[in-house]
Amino acid sequence: MKKIAVYLIPLGLFLGLIVFLYQGLFSNPREHQSTLLQQPMPEFVLPDLMNIEKTYTQDVFLGEVTLLNVWGVWCVTCAIELPYLKQLQGEGKHIVGLYFDQDMDPDFGIKTVARVQQEVTDKLSQLGNPYAYNIFDVKRDLSMDLGVTGAPETYLIDRQGKIRLHHIGDINPRVWNNKFAPIYDELVAQ
Amino acid sequence: MNRLITTFAVVLLGVLSSQVTATEDKFHFESPEKNALFIELTKELRCPKCQNQNIADSDAMIAVDLKRKVYELLQKDYDKAQVIDFMKQRYGDFVYYQPPVNPMTIWLWLLPVLFIFIALAGIIMSRKRQVPEINQEQLDKAQAILEREE
Repeated sequence: MKKIAVYLIPLGLFLGLIVFLYQGLFSNPREHQSTLLQQPMPEFVLPDLMNIEKTYTQDVFLGEVTLLNVWGVWCVTCAIELPYLKQLQGEGKHIVGLYFDQDMDPDFGIKTVARVQQEVTDKLSQLGNPYAYNIFDVKRDLSMDLGVTGAPETYLIDRQGKIRLHHIGDINPRVWNNKFAPIYDELVAQ
Repeated sequence: MNRLITTFAVVLLGVLSSQVTATEDKFHFESPEKNALFIELTKELRCPKCQNQNIADSDAMIAVDLKRKVYELLQKDYDKAQVIDFMKQRYGDFVYYQPPVNPMTIWLWLLPVLFIFIALAGIIMSRKRQVPEINQEQLDKAQAILEREE
């Protein structure tokens, strides 16, 4: 009897290992907790993409539940999610764009703002414009403070200007229903 | 004469190529200590986009931005811990290759140690069990054989 128990130990360890590795198959290594959850938006002063004279600060998010969508015309996945964002906007969601340009690299010369505006106008007239306005993250400083790793990424910001959700990757009906909708509905109902 | 020209060309090439590498190195520091710290940090910070590369190794936009940020912070006299904290606040523990010790990660260190202890205990236990197999009677017998040979 005791012998059997001894033989069961490796079997148990093996089964444990299988369970551990099996669930690893379904974990997403790109998904990691944002450190900014429940934190207020970082401070910033940045211009409007279409009207460089106008500037926004973190206070612009107060009073309205907002989806802050990080994007760029150079980003392929962003173009794929644009029509769905347009649909969400049609349902009454307040979507703000945080735009940054890849070529606007401080180290490698600068693309003119007029050209960036033209590219954005072309893209949005082609695929639909879901944005109330676009904040232009000129040197990608706000993106860095937000922990943006690339585009697209989306933040859900509550009426107090606090970050409630950080999603890396595109928004599609599945992501919206599983991840955003529960928190969004709760925030809007408050 | 020909030889001289060749030598001259080789020397010239050498000079030119060293200039090329110099312009590639776009982060300049006043002190060699800071330069060393910069190299150390960019090797230990992980690129959030391309997960198996450090930011020194990666050319992703985010890695370039992070390198520039490290450079800026070092120019502002941040020390190593402050730079790492700055990055962790934005990108989480994930961004630094050395994981912090907390209730979840402690197992990374404890498990190997536990394994060694359990294995040792197992070996000792199995040794102990073998001991009674040689009993007094056998010892006496062995003693008798030894004495007879003498």
